[in-house]
Amino acid sequence: MTPEELSGRVRDFLAAHDPATTDRLELLRARFDAGLAWVYYPEGHGGLGLPRSMQAVVDQLLAAAGAPDIDPSKNGIGLGMAAPTILAFGTEEQKQRFLRPLWTGEEVWCQLFSEPGAGSDLAALATRAVRDGDEWVVNGQKVWTSSAHLARFAILVARTDPDVPKHRGITYFLCDMTDPGVDVRPLRQITGEAEFNEVFLTDVRIPDSQRLGEVGQGWAVATATLNNERVAIGGAAAPRESGMVGVVAQTWRDHPDRQTPELHERLVRLWVEAEVARLTGQRLRQKLAQGQPGPEGAAMKVSFARLAQQLSGLELEILGEDGLRFESDQGWTMARPDHVDFTGRDAGYRYLRAKGNSIEGGTSEILRNIVAERVLGLPAEHRVDKDVPWKDLAK
Amino acid sequence: MTDLDLLYTEVEDDLRSTVRELLADRCDPAAVTAMYDDDRSVVDRLWKAMAADLGLAGLLVPEDRGGAGASAREAAVVLEELGRFAAPVPFLTSAVMATTALLDTDGPLLGEVASGERTAALAVPLATSPRSDLPSVPVTDGRLVGTITSVAGALEADVLLVPGRDERGVNLYAVPTADVTVTPVVSLDMTRQLADLTFEVAVGEPVLTEAEPTIRNALDTAAALLPSEQVGIAQWCLATTVGYLKERKQFGRVVGGYQALKHRLADLAITVDSATAAARYAAATLAAGDDDVLVATGVAQSYCGDAAVAAAEETIQLHGGIGMTWEHPAHLYLKRAKADQIALGTSGEHRARIADLVDLPAPH
Repeated sequence: MTPEELSGRVRDFLAAHDPATTDRLELLRARFDAGLAWVYYPEGHGGLGLPRSMQAVVDQLLAAAGAPDIDPSKNGIGLGMAAPTILAFGTEEQKQRFLRPLWTGEEVWCQLFSEPGAGSDLAALATRAVRDGDEWVVNGQKVWTSSAHLARFAILVARTDPDVPKHRGITYFLCDMTDPGVDVRPLRQITGEAEFNEVFLTDVRIPDSQRLGEVGQGWAVATATLNNERVAIGGAAAPRESGMVGVVAQTWRDHPDRQTPELHERLVRLWVEAEVARLTGQRLRQKLAQGQPGPEGAAMKVSFARLAQQLSGLELEILGEDGLRFESDQGWTMARPDHVDFTGRDAGYRYLRAKGNSIEGGTSEILRNIVAERVLGLPAEHRVDKDVPWKDLAK
Repeated sequence: MTDLDLLYTEVEDDLRSTVRELLADRCDPAAVTAMYDDDRSVVDRLWKAMAADLGLAGLLVPEDRGGAGASAREAAVVLEELGRFAAPVPFLTSAVMATTALLDTDGPLLGEVASGERTAALAVPLATSPRSDLPSVPVTDGRLVGTITSVAGALEADVLLVPGRDERGVNLYAVPTADVTVTPVVSLDMTRQLADLTFEVAVGEPVLTEAEPTIRNALDTAAALLPSEQVGIAQWCLATTVGYLKERKQFGRVVGGYQALKHRLADLAITVDSATAAARYAAATLAAGDDDVLVATGVAQSYCGDAAVAAAEETIQLHGGIGMTWEHPAHLYLKRAKADQIALGTSGEHRARIADLVDLPAPH
């Protein structure tokens, strides 16, 4: 399909569904059914099987016509991680059941991966899932769960076989967050707010039809999710000066009284690095135009985190006295944000929130291991636990 | 700022293979190292093969003017390979810089340079950034009298394009090298050896009058493409160091397995990959005549120069003692990278230029 043919299809869609008179949700559902949600997805699942680059054609035409947006920041985990994983590993029934409400935002998703005892070493996770007829009974504790208090569903990894080495005994599930055994508790963080949660799972029952992939294959499924997460965090398509660098450049322009040669030198250096990171992301996306992301996303995320941290730190110094004041938004008041915006709120928040960028979605240290081992082919870290059954590991 | 292709086309990959094959055959590191001991014999045969036999001298020249009619993207690929081999040929100085200036002239010289029959150099110091004051030689009574120092490509050139200044402005004169006192400089980077030029020569008509925009455009073009050479240097450094650290054993194990070194190499890989994107974008904007070319050039110059130096410095350190020896080629790359970082303006000069272009001017 040419871009012109695609444009024609969008125009036909708009003719049949006038944004001015159509209900927002109805319009989004119709857009999904017309294959105009994510055109790079297969037909029947909100797409048309086109190259990723063609999405811009649709987005621009619909935005120009005043059609509503899906507000992707409210369902980042769903769109960036759950959806591509369901698409890659899900059954036809699962794709039909979950993708449409996920895309329209009717069902928000969260990620039940990390545990108090399984952070970088995610495969050591201890949450147990035990089969009971057509269901699985899940018990355990998850942590760092963004949006758990808003989510309708979760992607969940749990241990289904403790008698085999840790990577082999994991299974991937789609968990209903309204199950009475799911207890979500806010986890307050250094910004003062509780964007994350602890999630306690007590006898949560998940039908086997909500298992994603084979029993014991959960690690491979989770790896695909994590590669998508790193691309989602580090490699989003963006114009120049988007993200943190744009915010800080604007702060600089707005404060001529605070400009010094030393701050200027640092700002321009970081501006160049941010622009290079943007181009590197563009180049990576061109490479990955087809297929699943591999370890390359790890490198992008390391750069993204470093730049976000350095830029947001510089911004506070540009602000000087104002940088000392943490009062411009809601101060330290405990709040439960309904979406995460790394570049939102005030400079103090941005500085503190950016500290998470080198931890969430794989620490920068683990990502450097991935680049060294899987991109450069250097020897893997020594792993004493690789061939030991999970139940025999030191805990 | 359209979504330009930052990868390589099939044609570009083919060109790369051809150039790499030639360099692997005729640009032996030992022969390049010998240039530091005054044996420059590698240069002529290598440049003849590249310029005339492969037709690379005319890469940027339209077909109707005797060239190959290729674009800056292909020239960038050639430069990547030249960087990878620290190759001592005057491609950047003759086929890019002087040729770009000659594209604004009439007359036979462009065709002669494009065919590889003659080799030209623009007589400006290698460290000249595209927006700094342009050095020029005064012209009085039809005579150029003066000096220009630290010029790259002059030793290999048989014709020099000299900015001469008279009461009307700056003109460009084509002066046979034989008429000029060319004093070789013992250079930090002998693979692009510099020369001081002393003029005391009668000149006829200039090949171009009001030549300042042409000279600056030639410098800008070279500045947009030098980053690709720096990427070639950096890629060689990374690949060579990773290869060595996979072999080298200490304390009974391969040193590339130590996390302290793995993380340094991972950071270097990220830097080199980033530099590749920046250099590719500069070449792509130049080739496409994109409005963003000046910003792209400044970004690539300021990033890739530092990246290549960082890669070469890591190569020396991570090779340990062997990296410090004359025998190991690492020093060829360190010297080339450091000289390239200063060539056509330091990264700081390019950052200052970008700052103005993107509305982040320096405070008063």
